[in-house]
Amino acid sequence: MSHRRGLQAADNVGRETMIKATESAESLSHVGDAPGHSEPHRVVRVRVLRQDIAGGESYWERFEVPHEPNMNVISVLQKVACQARSQDGRAVAPVAWDCCCLEEVCGSCTMLINGRTRMACSTLVDKLTAEDGEEIELRPMSKFPVVRDLVVDRRRLFRALEKVEAWVPVEGSYDLGPGPRISPEDQEDAYPLSTCISCGCCVEACPQYSKVEVVRREGESEADFEKRRTSAFDAGFVGPHAISQAMLFNSHPTGRMIADERLEALTGRGGIQMCGNAQNCVAVCPKSIPLTRSIARAGRAATVWAIKKIFDR
Amino acid sequence: MAQSRVLVVGGGLAGLSATMRLAELGVHVDLISLVPVKRSHSVCAQGGINSVNALTRQQGDSEWKHFDDTVYGGDFLQHQPPVKEMADWGPRIVDLMDRLGVPFNRTSEGFRDQRRFGGTLYKRTAFAGATTGQQLLYALDEQVRRREVEGKVKKWEFWDFLAPVRDESGRCRGAVCQDLVTMQFRAFPADAVVLATGGNGLIYGRSTMSMVCTGSAVSRAYRAGAWYGNGEFIQVHPTAIPGADKLRLMSESARGEGGRVWVPRKPQDPRDPRDIPEAERCYFLEERYPKYGNLVPRDIATREIFDICTTDGLSVEKDRLCVYLDLTHIPRETLDRKLGGILEIYEKFQGVDPRAMPMKIFPAVHYSMGGLWVDYERSASGGMVEGALRNQQTSIPGLYAIGECDYQYHGANRLGANSLLSCIFSGLFVAPTLANVGSAAAAKQEEHSRLFEAEIRRQEDRHRRLLARTAGDENPYALHQELGNLMTRVATVVRRNDQLAAAYDEVCRMAERWERCAVSDTGNWTNQNVVFTKALGDMFPVAKLILKGALMRDECRGAHFKPDFAMPGLAATDPDAKRREAEQWCDTFEANTKRWLKSTIARCDADGNPDITYQDIDTSLIPPRPRLYGLVGGEAIEEVWKERQAAAARARGHAASQVVGSGVGG
Repeated sequence: MSHRRGLQAADNVGRETMIKATESAESLSHVGDAPGHSEPHRVVRVRVLRQDIAGGESYWERFEVPHEPNMNVISVLQKVACQARSQDGRAVAPVAWDCCCLEEVCGSCTMLINGRTRMACSTLVDKLTAEDGEEIELRPMSKFPVVRDLVVDRRRLFRALEKVEAWVPVEGSYDLGPGPRISPEDQEDAYPLSTCISCGCCVEACPQYSKVEVVRREGESEADFEKRRTSAFDAGFVGPHAISQAMLFNSHPTGRMIADERLEALTGRGGIQMCGNAQNCVAVCPKSIPLTRSIARAGRAATVWAIKKIFDR
Repeated sequence: MAQSRVLVVGGGLAGLSATMRLAELGVHVDLISLVPVKRSHSVCAQGGINSVNALTRQQGDSEWKHFDDTVYGGDFLQHQPPVKEMADWGPRIVDLMDRLGVPFNRTSEGFRDQRRFGGTLYKRTAFAGATTGQQLLYALDEQVRRREVEGKVKKWEFWDFLAPVRDESGRCRGAVCQDLVTMQFRAFPADAVVLATGGNGLIYGRSTMSMVCTGSAVSRAYRAGAWYGNGEFIQVHPTAIPGADKLRLMSESARGEGGRVWVPRKPQDPRDPRDIPEAERCYFLEERYPKYGNLVPRDIATREIFDICTTDGLSVEKDRLCVYLDLTHIPRETLDRKLGGILEIYEKFQGVDPRAMPMKIFPAVHYSMGGLWVDYERSASGGMVEGALRNQQTSIPGLYAIGECDYQYHGANRLGANSLLSCIFSGLFVAPTLANVGSAAAAKQEEHSRLFEAEIRRQEDRHRRLLARTAGDENPYALHQELGNLMTRVATVVRRNDQLAAAYDEVCRMAERWERCAVSDTGNWTNQNVVFTKALGDMFPVAKLILKGALMRDECRGAHFKPDFAMPGLAATDPDAKRREAEQWCDTFEANTKRWLKSTIARCDADGNPDITYQDIDTSLIPPRPRLYGLVGGEAIEEVWKERQAAAARARGHAASQVVGSGVGG
């Protein structure tokens, strides 16, 4: 058996940047390349709404990178970082953006691409340019404070999960045997809700969800600042993702043991009454989670619970 | 005694399970993570989690068999007690995750459903669709969030671990970390620090791993004196979707649910694959490995796919290497229910529906079997002593490692669906150990604050020097790509000494070139450019130990394959000649075991170069035996091997009775 090559990486992420390649492009081109060939000199143009610092002024900057078959918005940003030059050739700091898994399961890389909230990893350039024209526009999400460029502070998403107690209240991790038996139907009902990646697309598209930006005051302690920020978060709409998580745990045999606490949270300040039924959330969810179904269920449960509360008084 | 405080670095399955249990034990936890913990790389695990279960037990399965499959699949390169302990914990862990609300797939009666994974003949794998890692991580994330609300855990998300801080005695007293938004440095004093920072796929450029898997935290601990074990053992997953930015995993569960790997018998057959008749397809895994079929261990499947494309020239496409992974014979409804998540990934990124059209896949770097060397306390029954201070402790006292970043559980090759188990197990198991470390006296803490100040100054200096480096002629992203290409070419499926030696020198030169990397962002706010450049610098010491470990290990074991040292099957057909060859094969195997069945231990010198030694392995529970999956003449070898084992056992029995007879034994 002869093995002449190791597993050779295709140098696809910016072949033009190879400075002292140890391999010829020829021998590298066998593995992993996307099928088809890019036309020579074809470029991807992108304009990015930048902001250097939290609370700073925003400005547009244009970039141009070589086109490659099957490339996604992440690859474009990777090339922008690598060349660190604007379209007119000025040396500029690379665009900052969040990403992690690149396969649409971590929820990091949400941004406004051609005005629509979506994941940069699963947004393919060719499809985008075919639909919307040549230049791609990237903006940070508008419902969260900008940290820098396309990076936003989404901690409010996670605060909402605390608020609705999105967990199964187990006693502890000691061995107490298996969990409850669950029918395949119930599992198939719960599983899609459980695939929520906390990307924030639903709240970005929601007309009822507005930006909450709390700035630390001079001399304010970290603890006081956090308390004030949490309170501001809680005053705003909790969001479709959190309502759906509340319904997920209220349907679990153990999770529903604190169903009332979740309904209390959902009917309080920033709760389900704020939903205006625009149904944008479900339209933009990258995981196709039936968010409006969760909201409808939550609405019914909240009504029943409110009536029960009156009679229990 | 003051309340003890633990710093957990990394919020994937291992870090979160440790945090969850520590909080229960009343230990205060600071949890540091590069990303919000819910976005950790564990979400990418797809297929499932292994444990013996009520069903397999009735088919003859046991914890011992799971243990045996794991060490046999790992080519016996693991110390056996930790693996035994892990297999014993398997059922409890899956039960626990079930109680935490993980939506495992169900049978019609409402029990957890199971599927079969590679390297075993039992359906041991519990799963939640094809996003099991995500579901397990979320369950732990939820529990940790709950403890955070109770004030028992403090999360520090978007923070980077820079260095452990050691006192005069060498003991780890905490760490210095950096806020990735404000770029400020901060001391984290702790009674124990535990690294749960995952693998290092980015050293290979593109892999199935997430962008945070640079291995930088481990590299920083290694440079600070922690030993690194079995670095050369890198798992290349047989089935990934090639992509420009990432090689996306196509889970083994696709084959577990009946997926078949094939290539057209005619090289680069231009027909639509659905029009190629059965007789003209080569199901090479099924043909060569009738017992395991498409579910041979990963290292073997990877080499076969690689070979059929390179050596046999049967790649599906001419311009790039790939084979078909075919699910089209399975009903759509079943596919959506059991594999939905991964099929969507293929569809989204390739624009082709894998339910209707065979997928095109190729191997990709996937998992680091090696990692920080960690210790354990062996129990009388051959497992581990729970709560012992040595468990999961690195060579630096007070610094621990769990999950993919330790070297302890998977030997030379990891079995599918064992990583989720090892991550959760090591996280849960280390918690009582950390709780037992106890708290340092207050007087000591004052002394330590000087150590922290010194380390912060050192880190600030390094950071400032990097920010000032604007004039260099090297681009960190381009250099990273170059490193990735080199490592992928020489240190993955097939390894040759001349290439490894040359690559080692090349990486040394790259490390020098790194010193000339210019940063393009000189600001001090969310500076991803300088953070990446730092992480790149930390890749070189690990790349070097991988290459040197691979260069020095002149044998084939698990994922480490050197054709120059392969032990081919038997050529003879005549029974006597075959028998002689089998005897010789076993002689060679025994000699090789004696020479190479050892952990590779790398220690880092002041220049970031590895000093490599070898350490004996505790194989006292299951004697090492030849790994014969599909080897020609395997039956003859197995026969000879069994005779030898029986003879050795008789000899031991004889010796033991003599000792007892002479009255010396006790």
